[in-house]
Amino acid sequence: MIPELGEFALILALGFSFILAVIPLYGAATLNTLWMDYAKPLARAQFTFLLISFICLGYAFANDDFSVQYVANHSNSQLPIEFKLSAIWGGHEGSLLLWAFILSGWTLAVSLFSRGLPLDMLARVLGVMGIIATGFISFLLWTSSPFLRYLPRFPADGADLNPLLQDFGLIVHPPMLYMGYVGFSVAFAFAIAALLSGRLDAAWARWSRPWTNVAWAFLGAGITLGSWWAYYELGWGGWWFWDPVENASLMPWLVGTALIHSLAVTEKRGVFKSWTLLLAIFAFSLSLLGTFLVRSGVLTSVHAFASDPERGFFILVLLLLTIGGSLTLYAFKAPNVKSESSFGWLSREMLLLINNVFLVVMAITVLLGTLYPLLIDALGSGKISVGPPYFNALFVPIMSLLALSMGISGAARWRQTSVAGLKKQLFVPAIISLVVGIIFPFIYGDGFNFRVFLGITVSTWVIATTAKEFKDKFRNANSITAKLSQLTPSYYGMMLAHVGVAVVAIGITLVSTYSEERDMRMAPGDKIELADYQFEFKGAKKVKGANFTADEGTIEVTLEGEPVVTLYPQKRHYTVKRSMMTEASIDAGLFRDLYLAMGEPLGDDGAWAIRVHYKPYVRWLWLGGLFMALGGILTVFDKRYRKKSTGEVAHA
Amino acid sequence: MPRLLLFIPLALFISLSFFLWKGLSIDPRELPSALIDKPFPEFQVAALLQSERILSKADFIGKPVLVNVWATWCPSCRQEHEQLLRIAQDNKINIIGLNYKDERAAATNWLQQLGNPYAFNIYDEAGMLGLDLGVYGAPETYLLDAQGVVRHRHVGVVTAQTWVELQDMIQKLGVNQ
Repeated sequence: MIPELGEFALILALGFSFILAVIPLYGAATLNTLWMDYAKPLARAQFTFLLISFICLGYAFANDDFSVQYVANHSNSQLPIEFKLSAIWGGHEGSLLLWAFILSGWTLAVSLFSRGLPLDMLARVLGVMGIIATGFISFLLWTSSPFLRYLPRFPADGADLNPLLQDFGLIVHPPMLYMGYVGFSVAFAFAIAALLSGRLDAAWARWSRPWTNVAWAFLGAGITLGSWWAYYELGWGGWWFWDPVENASLMPWLVGTALIHSLAVTEKRGVFKSWTLLLAIFAFSLSLLGTFLVRSGVLTSVHAFASDPERGFFILVLLLLTIGGSLTLYAFKAPNVKSESSFGWLSREMLLLINNVFLVVMAITVLLGTLYPLLIDALGSGKISVGPPYFNALFVPIMSLLALSMGISGAARWRQTSVAGLKKQLFVPAIISLVVGIIFPFIYGDGFNFRVFLGITVSTWVIATTAKEFKDKFRNANSITAKLSQLTPSYYGMMLAHVGVAVVAIGITLVSTYSEERDMRMAPGDKIELADYQFEFKGAKKVKGANFTADEGTIEVTLEGEPVVTLYPQKRHYTVKRSMMTEASIDAGLFRDLYLAMGEPLGDDGAWAIRVHYKPYVRWLWLGGLFMALGGILTVFDKRYRKKSTGEVAHA
Repeated sequence: MPRLLLFIPLALFISLSFFLWKGLSIDPRELPSALIDKPFPEFQVAALLQSERILSKADFIGKPVLVNVWATWCPSCRQEHEQLLRIAQDNKINIIGLNYKDERAAATNWLQQLGNPYAFNIYDEAGMLGLDLGVYGAPETYLLDAQGVVRHRHVGVVTAQTWVELQDMIQKLGVNQ
């Protein structure tokens, strides 16, 4: 009964989103206030029914209703409750339901926090989001309903969730990522609404900025979590694989990064309007493209679970309608008038545009690398695959250039800046970063290393220029505390995010250069040494978990005779899926991780193959990612968004 | 800016969707192999674990075998490894590894750590044998009959389901001969 209720709620949600897609937009076109007023209640109704549908699926999982196919395929009665619930998004159908649910959540949020928005704008934004929701809920209902039953005969127990997914990572990573993906639909809807209304003033940039920043922050946090999850769960210490699905999340993030900067310029200076609109459309289009790539099975990937050409075709039609439609609208209605304010060749506007271009070039590079096998195949020229060497070869130089120009644009002024002024601003940071970059590999490593030099120099450069810019704010301030509270949260957010970039760059540089690993056959009592640490294997014993049995090794780690930690890596055997999993044991630290994984048992004397990793600065990758995400969130706390919006009502 | 320029993104998108549409009609896992029902290419390549041993086609003629193309840089290969170990345990057919464009040390480590399902491994460092065979990426698995003729090609991860299908084919090979 409950699953049917869920399906029925989904059908009602489709009805509401369809009305939301039609009535308010038509009202806005004909200036019919009554029709426009329908936008808000419709957004609420759509959210309510998706919520009901989502709860129904959760109920089916929590109560082990294995007559529901999706539950039977992704859960098991032995599964701990938190994994039963997160198994909702452990497969294709449920993740799409989560997608649609989050979309309705964003739609609701726009309808709630939009008091300053003119009615026609709000009606258009919600209407555009209604169109997207209509597409996705139809997709769910027609090709991927999670509520289908196995009747009359259904399995006594479920097939269990993929053991790789039975982890805290599954609980948080997909919702975060989807919050980001889907969040870009708000920026997209604002851009389309602006194009439809023809009012492309700075106001729409101001309205969409906080939404875009939050979506960007969620996406960044989601990617960071995914990388962290892969690192500890896959059991071999990798943190980024250039897998098509990872790329699918990285592309909208890169374009989203360009978008939040371009929006800032459009709001502050009234320039780059067409470019900003295009980025808003691209960011969301890439999110949709990501969904297509993951769900259609056109590319092979470690992430691809259920793939099906029929679904792919449906998403492709959705893509054509939304992206094709919005780009057509863009082509006809984007402003081609010259911007009202001008700027010189050397100005903050220009430098931000250059940064934007770097980010977009990077996104295109990733897109090409991801789609190239498909393009070649479609052209009938054979099958090829593109590996990490391609991405690394292009990523490192482009990101280094980006970091360089990041530092310069912070120091540049709007409109026009002088070379002499820039030199004065940047001389000290340049010297500091070069010196640190040259010295670091000698102190930390055992000699000069170009990659380390490059990575450390550009990271120090970003930090030093950010610090200098921050310090200069106080040049004319009477009191430091007064000035500190005078700076806006969005300014602190920007600083934090920029430092985050540097922190990530340091992490990538050091972990990819100075990592050490050993694979050893270790019998109880054997010791090995790695990066000054001694590891002593004490033996392995059997342990039992909720739905698995495991061999658990005990390894004592000492540093110069002093005990550091005892680690317990496991080799798990999941009984239902009959699959083996390596559960790494990690001693995490700010400057290094010790990472132990069990291989295979070797011989009768209790010996095991043990893999020992020493990973310097690996935490910095995720720390930097979190800094960026927090920075994005901070910007929303600007008072001006609230103040301006009430001001707007006053003179509207 | 001339209006026409604003149509560029649309034009690019439309051409991209054409490729996506074409992509849908191609199943990346089911590749027609130019070598189906043709003999496995001749080769003389060193073994992975014993670098002094030179392998050739003669090493696997006489019984049907699976040739599994793998590499340590390939995440999906790690995913299918458990299944390969299980197939090896079933003892119905020998699996021959074709270690493709890889490093010897990394590949040796891999086998030590994850277990070795292979009867032996061909160390195709430059990917030349892979090229002759028409490999487009790892993992790929070929079913060869007792005469060394390629009978089936599977692209992507070998799952329990794939193994069921392969067993059917192996059985048929046995009946025909």
